[in-house]
Amino acid sequence: MTPAGAGPAPKGRTVTRAEYCVIACAEAWRGGGEILASPMGTVPAIGARLAKLTFSPELLLTDGEALLIGDVPALGAASSVTEGWLPYRRHLTMAMGGRRHVMMGASQIDRFGNQNISCIGDWERPRRQLLGVRGAPANTINNPVSYWIPRHSTRVFVEKVDMISGVGYDSAAAAGPSATRFHDLRRVVSDLGVFDFATPDHAMRLVSLHPGVTLGQVRDATGFTLAVPAGDVPHTREPTDEELRVIRDVVDPGGMREREVRA
Amino acid sequence: MTHSARTGKAMTPDEIVGRLESGMTLGIGGWGSRRKPMALVRALLRSGVTDLTVVSYGGPDIGLLAAAGRIRKLVTAFTTLDSIPLEPHFRAARERGDFELVELDEAMFMQGLTAGAQRLPFLPVRAGLGSDVLRVNPQLRTVTSPYEDGERLVAVPALRMDAALVHMNRADRFGNARYLGPDPYFDDLFCEASDTAYVSCERLVDAAGGLAEHAAPQTLLISRHSVTGVTQTPQGAHFTSCVPDYGRDEPFQKAYATAAADPEAWGAFRDRFLGGTERDYQLAVQAWHKEQR
Repeated sequence: MTPAGAGPAPKGRTVTRAEYCVIACAEAWRGGGEILASPMGTVPAIGARLAKLTFSPELLLTDGEALLIGDVPALGAASSVTEGWLPYRRHLTMAMGGRRHVMMGASQIDRFGNQNISCIGDWERPRRQLLGVRGAPANTINNPVSYWIPRHSTRVFVEKVDMISGVGYDSAAAAGPSATRFHDLRRVVSDLGVFDFATPDHAMRLVSLHPGVTLGQVRDATGFTLAVPAGDVPHTREPTDEELRVIRDVVDPGGMREREVRA
Repeated sequence: MTHSARTGKAMTPDEIVGRLESGMTLGIGGWGSRRKPMALVRALLRSGVTDLTVVSYGGPDIGLLAAAGRIRKLVTAFTTLDSIPLEPHFRAARERGDFELVELDEAMFMQGLTAGAQRLPFLPVRAGLGSDVLRVNPQLRTVTSPYEDGERLVAVPALRMDAALVHMNRADRFGNARYLGPDPYFDDLFCEASDTAYVSCERLVDAAGGLAEHAAPQTLLISRHSVTGVTQTPQGAHFTSCVPDYGRDEPFQKAYATAAADPEAWGAFRDRFLGGTERDYQLAVQAWHKEQR
């Protein structure tokens, strides 16, 4: 596996960038209670399973289709315990009821957390048609939402998104109390670091750099001015030995995380 | 509709498509590349029906109809092949500006279908507020709660359709239909929100007890009162999934998506697979799979 870069690995361990990303994603669901963890993407899926197997055992997980699973199989392996039924119509109802924390992807995201997965360019005649808004408008104003961006770049972290699919803090505020009532963007995890919106105007703020990443790298890869904490920027926390074991031996023995994040 | 107690509502796919007219609003059940009534979509492609408003959680049904230029207006929350995230025909058609798009959130879409089924003009939903869905669909209105909270919510207009097409695992000749997979999607709502509804199925079973075997009663998703016609189309969801009868045909879907990305390759694909009858299609798919071995 690829070393994480600068910074000594404790106890002679080598922690990869992908594994720091897994830890950062897992942390999003800490303390969530009996809610559905909805991860989109490989690294968030590993993170959600790690969280359930370690510090958040009360989380609900799905098989990616219509079942709530009662066990935590390895990525790609079949579940053998079903504890509930969650077809799309119930899944949508659950999101609207707020008992869910989704970690979505983003083709574009801006400083206030507006996200786009619909199209690039003018909506009337897009330069590049993507998926469509999917469930992003409902998700973002009904249940907690985080984002996972495996390749941090100025193409994704943009000044203004072309089509607001997921609602950011400024857009929710402009839309009024019904939009802000349950609006809660928690964090953004990229292959470079962790970000939140805990600034007075809810502009995106750097929370931690993954070990091996510099502040300059993050600034160069971000198309807007990031809020940065005064003084030294912390590093994303180290996984414990047990967490590393769970990631490597239990949840992702096939090393799929290293294909999503190669740094 | 009137039907004989003996024959019920059994029709051929071509008879079903014969009931559809250009300019209609057509709902298509399933979700993405899952349990799509593809045999009926293929029958539609053989017909001259065009200028459609299509309402769908879109998959290759949208791709095929878009590639054939049959869509005037599309109402959707996404169009995807699931294991292949972007539907190439849908993408190309949108980038050419081929049809009008009404882009709704998934939950808005569900509320629209529910309103359509319940003969309500709209249902309120929080989704949409703050997003560009309201900007790009300026016909969407908001409504203020009449109660103390005074909340301002989106009023999703009813999605009411002239006809719905859905695919189920089993059905009887009167239109009672059962799904055996884990997800009903929204197929019952599509049928109830449409003036007419047509069910294709993997296997048409005996009305006197054929639906009772090996499955709990709540899998009887669709009731005959909301069904106009029913037809047996084995492998009729191909290449989308119809579990537990069969999963998605991933190699064939990949071949579809690869061909769809190139006009010349698409012409060859269309000639080979879509030029003939449904039986020709299924035989061509079998032959293709033999070649891949």
